[in-house]
Amino acid sequence: MTAPTDFTIAEARTALAKRELSATELTQAHLLTIEALNPRLNAYITVTPEVALQQAKAADAALAKGEAGPLTGIPLAIKDLFCTAGTRTTAASKILGNFVPPYESTVTANLLRDGAVFLGKANLDEFAMGSSNATSAFGGVENPWKRTGDDTVLVPGGSSGGSAAAVAARLALGATATDTGGSIRQPAAFCGIAGIKPTYGRVSRFGTVAFASSLDQAGPMARTVEDCAILLGSMAGFDPKDSTSAQMAVPDFAAACARGVKGLRIGIPKEYRVPGMPAEIEALWQQGIAMLKDAGAEPVEISLPHTQYALPTYYIVAPAEASSNLARYDGVRFGLREEGSDLKDLYERTRRAGFGDEVRRRILIGTYVLSAGYYDAYYLKAQKVRALIKRDFDEAWGKVDAILAPATPSAAFGQGEMQDDPVAMYLIDVFTVTANLAGIPGLTVPTGLDSKGLPLGLQILGKPFDEETVFAVGSALERAANFTATPSVRAAA
Amino acid sequence: MSYTLEGATGTWEVVIGLEVHAQVTSNAKLFSGAATEFGAEPNSQVSFVDAGFPGMLPVINGECVAQAVRTGLGLNAQINLWSRFDRKNYFYADLPQGYQISQFEFPIIGTGEIEIQLADGSVKNIGITRLHLEQDAGKSLHDQHPTKSYIDLNRSGVALMEIVSEPDLRSPEEAGAYLTKLRQILRYLGTCDGNMEQGSLRADVNVSVRKAGEGFRTRCEVKNVNSIRFVMQAVEAEARRQIEVWEAGEEVVQETRLFDTSRGVTRSMRSKEDAHDYRYFPDPDLPPLVLDAAWVEQLKAGLPELPDARRARYVGDYGLTPYDAHVLTLEKETAAFYESVAEGRDPKMAANWLTGDFFAGLNRTGHSIGDSPVSAAHLGELLDLIKDNTLSGKLAKEVLEAMFETGKAPSVLVEERGLKQVTDTGAIEAIIDEVMAKNADKVAEYRSGKDKLFGFFVGQTMKAMQGKGNPTLVNDLLKQKLA
Repeated sequence: MTAPTDFTIAEARTALAKRELSATELTQAHLLTIEALNPRLNAYITVTPEVALQQAKAADAALAKGEAGPLTGIPLAIKDLFCTAGTRTTAASKILGNFVPPYESTVTANLLRDGAVFLGKANLDEFAMGSSNATSAFGGVENPWKRTGDDTVLVPGGSSGGSAAAVAARLALGATATDTGGSIRQPAAFCGIAGIKPTYGRVSRFGTVAFASSLDQAGPMARTVEDCAILLGSMAGFDPKDSTSAQMAVPDFAAACARGVKGLRIGIPKEYRVPGMPAEIEALWQQGIAMLKDAGAEPVEISLPHTQYALPTYYIVAPAEASSNLARYDGVRFGLREEGSDLKDLYERTRRAGFGDEVRRRILIGTYVLSAGYYDAYYLKAQKVRALIKRDFDEAWGKVDAILAPATPSAAFGQGEMQDDPVAMYLIDVFTVTANLAGIPGLTVPTGLDSKGLPLGLQILGKPFDEETVFAVGSALERAANFTATPSVRAAA
Repeated sequence: MSYTLEGATGTWEVVIGLEVHAQVTSNAKLFSGAATEFGAEPNSQVSFVDAGFPGMLPVINGECVAQAVRTGLGLNAQINLWSRFDRKNYFYADLPQGYQISQFEFPIIGTGEIEIQLADGSVKNIGITRLHLEQDAGKSLHDQHPTKSYIDLNRSGVALMEIVSEPDLRSPEEAGAYLTKLRQILRYLGTCDGNMEQGSLRADVNVSVRKAGEGFRTRCEVKNVNSIRFVMQAVEAEARRQIEVWEAGEEVVQETRLFDTSRGVTRSMRSKEDAHDYRYFPDPDLPPLVLDAAWVEQLKAGLPELPDARRARYVGDYGLTPYDAHVLTLEKETAAFYESVAEGRDPKMAANWLTGDFFAGLNRTGHSIGDSPVSAAHLGELLDLIKDNTLSGKLAKEVLEAMFETGKAPSVLVEERGLKQVTDTGAIEAIIDEVMAKNADKVAEYRSGKDKLFGFFVGQTMKAMQGKGNPTLVNDLLKQKLA
């Protein structure tokens, strides 16, 4: 029999419904794995066994009464960017190191409404700023995958590195995550799991610590595309507390996974063939195209001409918004306070002690690009380019139903390998930032292994609010790729 | 005659523009559901949004938007169906988000115009540049502790309308009249209570001076002036200061100044060099504010009658003098009171009584129209008693005084105090006979042509009747008998 920690969410739901195991047993199995592996992986900043067991008990009661919701008894990791009432929420920053929110984010409230069990708060890059989980004030996360015959500690990607590692190593059945420039799709690719950034506005941002408001979008990570669809179904929905939340009905995403791709036109953007891209990535991409073609889809070469400007645009827009969003961490009302001789001194001491290097770097960049005399040259120009990038996609949707592209330009790299080169680190986001700038959905599907045995993922991009087609294509790719490899660091079966 | 100031080098003109911050009358804040009541316990009306907690998001309060549109309509201004909120970034302890949400580039209301009334009876049109919605900050209290500042966030997030005038004002009087008129319009609309003592209305006064025929010179902004009188004083003080600077051969530096009300001078707060770089950018948490033209029309249809229209009606329909019409329409409450008194009565008589003895009574007893001891119904009743000759004008004044003291109805007071006017001709004739008998010599003088003595006989008769004689009857009967 499959170990409970190896279940997909779909399988676990069936097992729970059939009472083959209890929600408490399922939760305990995960808590044991966390106990065993988290000290090494550091995927969780905070583990909440009491909360989890209490929720599992309630789930068992609901199951006994036949009142189970879509996620009753499903143990999840919650990225520590989602405010959870009564449970410390740090954003992996010292400045929120002891912050216990008195309120629940809409995403976590929706998951609780549907019966989910929260195992704890997953590690991330500080304020979700990073692509390797190295900027967390609570230490980096270890990728549970290893290169063949090589014990080098690899990064799980970021910023949702804790969520990705937890799901890959069986420390949770699924996880919440957020994606501002690739923070779901890139770590999913590095850790060999699936993850979707939905359309901007699909999931409420209320109660999620903001990084860059016009780009931030929460989504799920799980080991299968269908599991992502199930989780997104619970997380999504209009929220009157978020003015950018879309008044759109939530379709049955899980049902869309079975649709197939017959007759769908799949765009292959030529601009995503970037200089210096490893041959393995190109090969993987070609395999993906072939798989979808075999499944009945029609590949169509398309052009997204402004792709090359996406990264610089992103690194203006995101820091600009971040510099303003992070102004509230001032030591006055909550979080860290370092006393000072006057107000300015208090600000300076608090923020110096509270923010790490990468966060400070982005606040500086953001402040600079918004400053008088630079605003037009940077921020305003970036907004114009952003509109062009969005237009590229709008034009593509006239020709294709979805787009297939690599998720990352490489497999996971070693801890510390890019620490001293922030620009090289930023380049990892080259395939993912476009979806955030355009506000469209993007799904990473684990598709193969590189020559060193590390997972690689492909990305399906879709039309705004057409996650259903994205799930349909992703599922077809998943079935064809039949990715069954597992990381070397994981729960003992 | 236009207002000018004399300097050593000649005559100077003053140029004034006002930026008025008006607190929107609304139960909830601009972007949160927290209450806005004045005078509540510190930090008792603060939501997590107002306190800038992590993950909190602003949601626009539709009523505040409606109030801004109503105000725009009341200012005869362009309503922008598309507007946008921007963030104005700066650090301060009472600014929880680290930015103020405001409308920098695309305000909800564009250019408009209002007419001001000046003391010499003339009117002048003053241009409105724009009106935009923004959040208020909290309040820092520096006097509660020797080394610490206390922060009260009750005001944090409260909706303000910033109403900017064109630099069309040319004297302290015009600045005062503008502010008075603006406040009057806001109060009529019910979009701001206009209470300057409580900070619901504050003015930033932009002042520059120039010689006749010149373009604009450098201006200074006098911040946060909180009464109309202080605005007028600040204009003159700042203008005189600038004239001295120019005449000393120096340059006026563009800067922000404060008005020291006790010394009657302005002093520098921060210069242009220290000015913040607010790093304005569109607030990504808020989509553009798009208004439906039909909704705006609906608001327009629901607007109350505004002061200008009401004043015109008082002159046209009621035959009041422009001055009386002006005075009676200054406050919405006064106008309502007046209309209730005038209803079914002589409107001019009602106006005379209101602006005369009634206002005097309010002043004497320290009341405002809102808490007047004399109700409109009672005042109306008093006018009726004059009309039907129960009371003479003189007696009515006495009764009105008693009404202010007691709050009682005039009919009750007339009964209690026996103040009823005597209209019995027989009784009056008897008194007149007595007076004539006592003053036979004067009767003779009168009859020989000393007409002026008529007043003496009226006085004596009324005195003998303790003032209760009907003056018309007394006059008529005296004339008959003395003839």
